[in-house]
Amino acid sequence: MSELLQGNRACVQAAIASGCRFFAGYPITPSSEIAESMARLLPEVGGVFMQMEDEMASLGAVLGASLAGSPAMTATSGPGFSLMQEHIGYAALAEIPCVVIDVMRGGPSTGLPTRPSQGDVMQARWGTHGDHPVVALVPASVPEIYELTSLAFALSERLRVPALVLYDEVVGHLREPVDLGTLRLSRAERRRPTVEPSAYRPYAPDADLVPPLADFGTGYRFHVTGLTHDEAGRPTEDPAVVGALHRRLQEKVARARDDVVSFAGIGLEDAEVVVVAYGIAARAAERAVTDARARGERLGLFRPRTLWPFPDVELRAVAERVHTIVVAEMNLGQVVLEVERIVAGRARVEACLRADGTALTPDDVAHAVASAAGALA
Amino acid sequence: MTGIEYRDRLRRQMLPHILCPGCGHGIVLKALLRAARSLELDWDRTVFVAGIGCSSRLVGYIDGCTLHTTHGRALTFATGMKLARPELTVIVITGDGDGLAIGGNHLIHAARRDVDLTCLLLNNETYGMTGGQAAPTAEPGAISTTTPGGARERSFDACALAVAAGASFVARGATSLPLELDGLIARGIAHRGFSFLEIASDCPEYFGRYNQLGRGPEMLQLQRRRLDEVDRTLRAKRSLGSRRAEGPPPLRTGVLHERPA
Ligand code: SF4
Repeated sequence: MSELLQGNRACVQAAIASGCRFFAGYPITPSSEIAESMARLLPEVGGVFMQMEDEMASLGAVLGASLAGSPAMTATSGPGFSLMQEHIGYAALAEIPCVVIDVMRGGPSTGLPTRPSQGDVMQARWGTHGDHPVVALVPASVPEIYELTSLAFALSERLRVPALVLYDEVVGHLREPVDLGTLRLSRAERRRPTVEPSAYRPYAPDADLVPPLADFGTGYRFHVTGLTHDEAGRPTEDPAVVGALHRRLQEKVARARDDVVSFAGIGLEDAEVVVVAYGIAARAAERAVTDARARGERLGLFRPRTLWPFPDVELRAVAERVHTIVVAEMNLGQVVLEVERIVAGRARVEACLRADGTALTPDDVAHAVASAAGALA
Repeated sequence: MTGIEYRDRLRRQMLPHILCPGCGHGIVLKALLRAARSLELDWDRTVFVAGIGCSSRLVGYIDGCTLHTTHGRALTFATGMKLARPELTVIVITGDGDGLAIGGNHLIHAARRDVDLTCLLLNNETYGMTGGQAAPTAEPGAISTTTPGGARERSFDACALAVAAGASFVARGATSLPLELDGLIARGIAHRGFSFLEIASDCPEYFGRYNQLGRGPEMLQLQRRRLDEVDRTLRAKRSLGSRRAEGPPPLRTGVLHERPA
């Protein structure tokens, strides 16, 4: 049965349905509905809601709860996302599952608290210091917020990585008819150790390069640190151990790539020009593409649902067949850099950008496509 | 308490430890292990959480569930963990910079929430790990690498802060009174609610050296003379020895505040 559901509320429903039992957060527009819904709904399922003193504390509490065995998440927006980078890095190195929702608003700084933007996409990839793995998903609709929030929990628990879900203010506040019963929930249990406590090495990986994680308080005594560590969890500066750890952290996500990476396409089989867009910008692009195709133009849409890791192989295959790729995004050019890197001259890459606190429109995309085609003619 | 085998509670593969000779923090670690034994804590259900700094490194040596977090934020991890799994006993070790500067906001909110955690704040008035910069507890006049002419700012009274913020158990201990320390820590752990213990410790490597206070033993003697009752006698005799402009204020130890959580 369909109901009218707001994006931020769909996020909460998906999280709880996927096993989330702990939320800690700090009020910030335009994500506050997530905390408010969590405050009402989590206690009903025996979960814990905490309003913390700031965003560092919020993600810290989430990581503490996660180590105690609770699937846990927080939600924020740009300024809070900046403050959370410290603990995103901690979660990446200490391999603590957590989900972070970033409802993007205009930045930098306080910027445009109530207006949409897609300005945090590179921060999601590189915001914390040092090399580190992240998974970042970018839903474009209310039902997709539901499915990708659920997927974020599954990937985070399975891979022991921070999983980020980024969507802009418009998608977060959008109300769309949703039939939750028809949507896909992902469920992945965290892998716990099967060895005796005395034989447990907290950072000794299984074949998939992910080490099993014991809950604190269940008889396994081990050390977790943000210092670079060996398989026993001991701090180390041994170059061989340090190098191997960093490579494993990257490689564990790379190996799971096919379960992580996804995208949606329209008209990719015959397109001559393809628009690459994600989040609300992809909704505008979709309209421009379907209108153009109705007129007989061979325009296509490539819509990543996973931004990090990026669907690079898939986009490269598209780039072999088209002459122009137009990247439409609501910032001054972030994902377009990644697209240029991936396409590497196989097709021309143009940008269709908007960074004024309003959403891209189908006309913006149509004009960008027309001028790209004009430049070619 | 006699007869405790510290080795049995230490993670021997982590040794040797990183503390300098004469560092006061080891005294606190031993007192903590004795307190845990006197309470017969279930070692599988006790978690030791720390931030960043010399004091925070102590948790790595304890053969328990140990979590070495980010600078200043140990209390936030501890709060989430305790609420997610209330049967855990959660003990936080922090330092003056960790707990009062970068983590000051988390400390006052942990006190205000009064969640059942025990927080040991080891105060040596300096940032030892980074080479002896001034901490927010450094007394006016204290020499450090960032206050070469002597600290000019007022110092924090961590216990008064914790009381004002709402902690339901507040005590001060000192490394020169190690046996009193056992009892204070045990009472803090047994207290239900947020227990805050400031423990006067010493950093001979930096604070002691820069302020010409001697090595570990001399610093302990000096600390002992600061203890309230001793101090009063000495002040009466006007014989309190210190090279700083004004002598350090007296240290009042013991339980300073307690109410049901
Ligand atoms: S630097 Fe100071 S506080 Fe750190 S271990 Fe050495 S003596 Fe102790």
